[in-house]
Amino acid sequence: MKALVMRAPGTNCDSEMVRALKTVGFDAPLVHINDVLREKNLSRYDVLVFPGGFSYGDYIRSGAIWGKKFVAVLKDELRDFVAAKKPIVGVCNGMQVLVEAGLIPRTADYPEAAMASNSLGYRCMWTWLRVEKNVCGIAGLYKKGEVLRVPIAHGEGRYTVAPGTEKKALAELEGNEQIVFRYCKPDGSPAGGEYPWNPNGSLSDIAGICNPEGNVLAMMPHPERASFFWQFPDWTLGEKREDGLRLFKGLAGSAGGKSGRSI
Amino acid sequence: MSDPELVKLSRDGQLSLSLEEMREIKKYFAAQKREPTDVELEAVAQTWSEHCGHKTFKGVFLTNDGEVCNIFKKYIAAATKKINAPWCFSVFEDNAGIVEFEGDWLLSFKAETHNHPSALEPFGGAVTGVGGVIRDILGAWGDPIANTDILCFGPLDFPDSKLPAGTKRPQYIHDGVISGIQAYGNNMGIPTINGAIYFDESYVGNPLVFCGCLGMLRKKHYVRRTKAGDVALLVGGKTGRDGMHGVTFASVELHEKSEETSRSAVQIGDPIEEEKIKRAMVRVREEGLASGTTDLGGGGLSSAVTETAQRTGGIEVHLDNVRLKYPMSEAWEIWISESQERMLLTVPPQNLERVTKIFESEEVEAVPIGIFNSSGKLRIKYKGAMVADLDLSFMFGSSFVQKTDARFTPKTHVEPAFSQPKDLTHALLKILGMPNVMSKRRVIQKYDHEVKGNTAIKPLHRAGPGDAAVLKPLDDSWKGAVLSNGFNPEYGKISAYWMAASAIDEAIRNNAAVGGRRFAILDNFSWGTPNKPENALALLDACRACYDFGVAFNAPFISGKDSLYNESPMGSIAHTLVISALGISPDVRKCVTMDVKREGNALYLVGETKQELGGSHYYKSMGYLGASVPQVDKEKAPAIVSALTSAIDSGAVRSCHDLSEGGLGVALAESCFAGGLGADVVLPKGMRSDFFLFSESNTRFVVETENEEKLKAAFKGLPLLRLGTVGGKRVRVAAEGKTIVDAGIDELRDAWEGVSK
Repeated sequence: MKALVMRAPGTNCDSEMVRALKTVGFDAPLVHINDVLREKNLSRYDVLVFPGGFSYGDYIRSGAIWGKKFVAVLKDELRDFVAAKKPIVGVCNGMQVLVEAGLIPRTADYPEAAMASNSLGYRCMWTWLRVEKNVCGIAGLYKKGEVLRVPIAHGEGRYTVAPGTEKKALAELEGNEQIVFRYCKPDGSPAGGEYPWNPNGSLSDIAGICNPEGNVLAMMPHPERASFFWQFPDWTLGEKREDGLRLFKGLAGSAGGKSGRSI
Repeated sequence: MSDPELVKLSRDGQLSLSLEEMREIKKYFAAQKREPTDVELEAVAQTWSEHCGHKTFKGVFLTNDGEVCNIFKKYIAAATKKINAPWCFSVFEDNAGIVEFEGDWLLSFKAETHNHPSALEPFGGAVTGVGGVIRDILGAWGDPIANTDILCFGPLDFPDSKLPAGTKRPQYIHDGVISGIQAYGNNMGIPTINGAIYFDESYVGNPLVFCGCLGMLRKKHYVRRTKAGDVALLVGGKTGRDGMHGVTFASVELHEKSEETSRSAVQIGDPIEEEKIKRAMVRVREEGLASGTTDLGGGGLSSAVTETAQRTGGIEVHLDNVRLKYPMSEAWEIWISESQERMLLTVPPQNLERVTKIFESEEVEAVPIGIFNSSGKLRIKYKGAMVADLDLSFMFGSSFVQKTDARFTPKTHVEPAFSQPKDLTHALLKILGMPNVMSKRRVIQKYDHEVKGNTAIKPLHRAGPGDAAVLKPLDDSWKGAVLSNGFNPEYGKISAYWMAASAIDEAIRNNAAVGGRRFAILDNFSWGTPNKPENALALLDACRACYDFGVAFNAPFISGKDSLYNESPMGSIAHTLVISALGISPDVRKCVTMDVKREGNALYLVGETKQELGGSHYYKSMGYLGASVPQVDKEKAPAIVSALTSAIDSGAVRSCHDLSEGGLGVALAESCFAGGLGADVVLPKGMRSDFFLFSESNTRFVVETENEEKLKAAFKGLPLLRLGTVGGKRVRVAAEGKTIVDAGIDELRDAWEGVSK
């Protein structure tokens, strides 16, 4: 299985992403975006991964330049990849790229959502995530209602839609079972938009969502930073968690040809 | 030129050279039978600057007991030489100190100051401070893996009415500096894992910004063999007028008009450019294509090229090749510009094409600007003319020896007399809320301390402040790199010697508290002008302590930095020596954190508590300084530290927290609220209980254990005191049969977090 981990100038979460993917059995080449755009051959990969960072300095808007650059050259290839039900994962800056590229919340020519500035600015902190009822095969190893510990580190992670369309957008996301992770309190109860449980003020506490088909996952929290027990903040108490690694194990499973499924 | 004219030329041209040095230049050109060009004058000023030449440290100190020569060599380097640690790979040689880590992997470590730029333009000053120290790591072929930052500001509530003209508000400087560190470290993807913020009135006019960076490389990556015939390749951003006279500005005292005269000394940073350079540098080192590298920092091309040329014996530079941000006609401006994100590589001609290609593929410009030779000359050509033709022997052979007058009789201090306050709970809550002690969570969360996914022990552990951070940088090894810092400017107001000793002790005990050992340390001096004998003597005393306690702890200095002339209209800054320690942990799984773990576990106090409250935060909270500054026991301190290491290795230690500002009271409170459990503690007889609770004696720890016999065995023959047990949700301290502190852990945490009632 081959997972293409891409990097643009300013991408900086690639080494830990490659490590997590290799741990679950992927061949995970790290390729500069210029080479990806030159080769024009996405179909040779089983998975596409957009890691975190500050691509192109995140000037204009976070992820905007990378997203547009990608679509400008490889729009058809990218859509073929999505249509073939192959998984695409974007984490942090990668989520911003997927929104800007018009793949999240669904395939579209123009972005239908925005990753706005956090209500209280940049934060690097550990959050609690509740797994929602979802169609995302990548998240298939999690149980509904399970509470995960995963850290965030971003300044623009507030999932937002056009003013006045929030209700409709939410109804669609929920109807399609596209919301994969919500920020929550340690006991799993809703964050209700309240800081620090919801660290960025995102709509309906959204932390990660997938496309209606369930093969494109975008999330702000970093599962690759929560994949080994010693990365967790409380490991000296004796706990041996690997919350994030289970996402990659699920990715390996869904890359093996299984289509999206409801949990 | 007459003497007054020479002095005027040095001052008006911002050369920061003394009359003796100007005379030396005059003599050289008289022998050459020509006038110097402006490029030549600037080139000499850069090389001879305090920033590059460390004239004070390498000069002569006049004391009441006679002359002391070269305090760097006599104390700092001498300690390293005496220790002669086999695991030191390169010390004081490169842009960073390098030590062995695991297999053929090495760690490189360096800290820098960026004080004056941060006073004028806090964001830009901090940005370029971080960017600069990262380039120091790149300049020794390291891949940067962590940042640390220590910041000193004026009190945030300092009244505007007392601010000297031209001085910015402490809050403005504080916010700007922190944003700058955030912008650079986060965007480059280097975790900021350790640091401190300290407030003192002496920093109002002259804040301090210490930036440290840790890097990794393999032994084979370390290449330093530039030869005649190699190409000087300038890589990175374009050159502009930003950062003119940065190094000479560093050696001038700040004044009311600094903004007008020296604003151009602050550079503009671009972290994404440096991130791209880093990618290319790592590829070049892995393919072994270059023969050497150095960063462009203070003094720009002038320092980088001249210092490299000294190794081969000469160079001819073609300044026309340097890519410019906008047209610049003056050659000297190009030569000394400190534009950021530039590195110099030396490349054998046969590898030039491949190296250039690598930089091109990372979207970084790389242009050859000259060829090294063995002519003994620095020659610079620009627009068809020779604009500099200097003998390297002259540039590096200055006979000038700086003389520093350190004849001063230290002030005597007095101990305050007061009776023990009735309510020590109140005193403890007050100290927890003091700016130097209270939570730095709001700042820590602005820095990405998790990026790269290697941070095993974090700056905040659960809800409490960690003593040191631990990285696990290799996938196939459990070995950890442990980073900590120590400093206490308050002690320096009483004794610079004991301040330095305490800083070394603190850096090492912080490191040992999580399980670190085999310490390599950095000395980073920020001082007021050495032209005042009081400052000069304090500097000398601090260096003496560096030797005494570096040797005592078997901790070699591997790199360092001095920033003198930290003056403002409010006078000299408090003497500030920051010691950064790099330890290793053989197995990160055995590391210990500071939060108490389990109800019923026993709590012990390791180390000896003396009535040492001079410079303590207890005294400070009442407006006193005092005289009884904490000392360090040269024999016992290293023995206690190594006993703690054995205890941790044996598994006897469940939590460990070092005692620093606020002493036992603060450490106990922090460990408890971090772990979400209270404690019942009884203090021993023999010392006034407020003194025992808040003394800041060095080399002490609060240790939690499930196995008291094992712990006692590890500390056999060393001071170890059973305090009580973990349990409940309140911290209760009793002495002489009376409860002296009784507070809920939530109340203690709120006081520390600064939550208003």
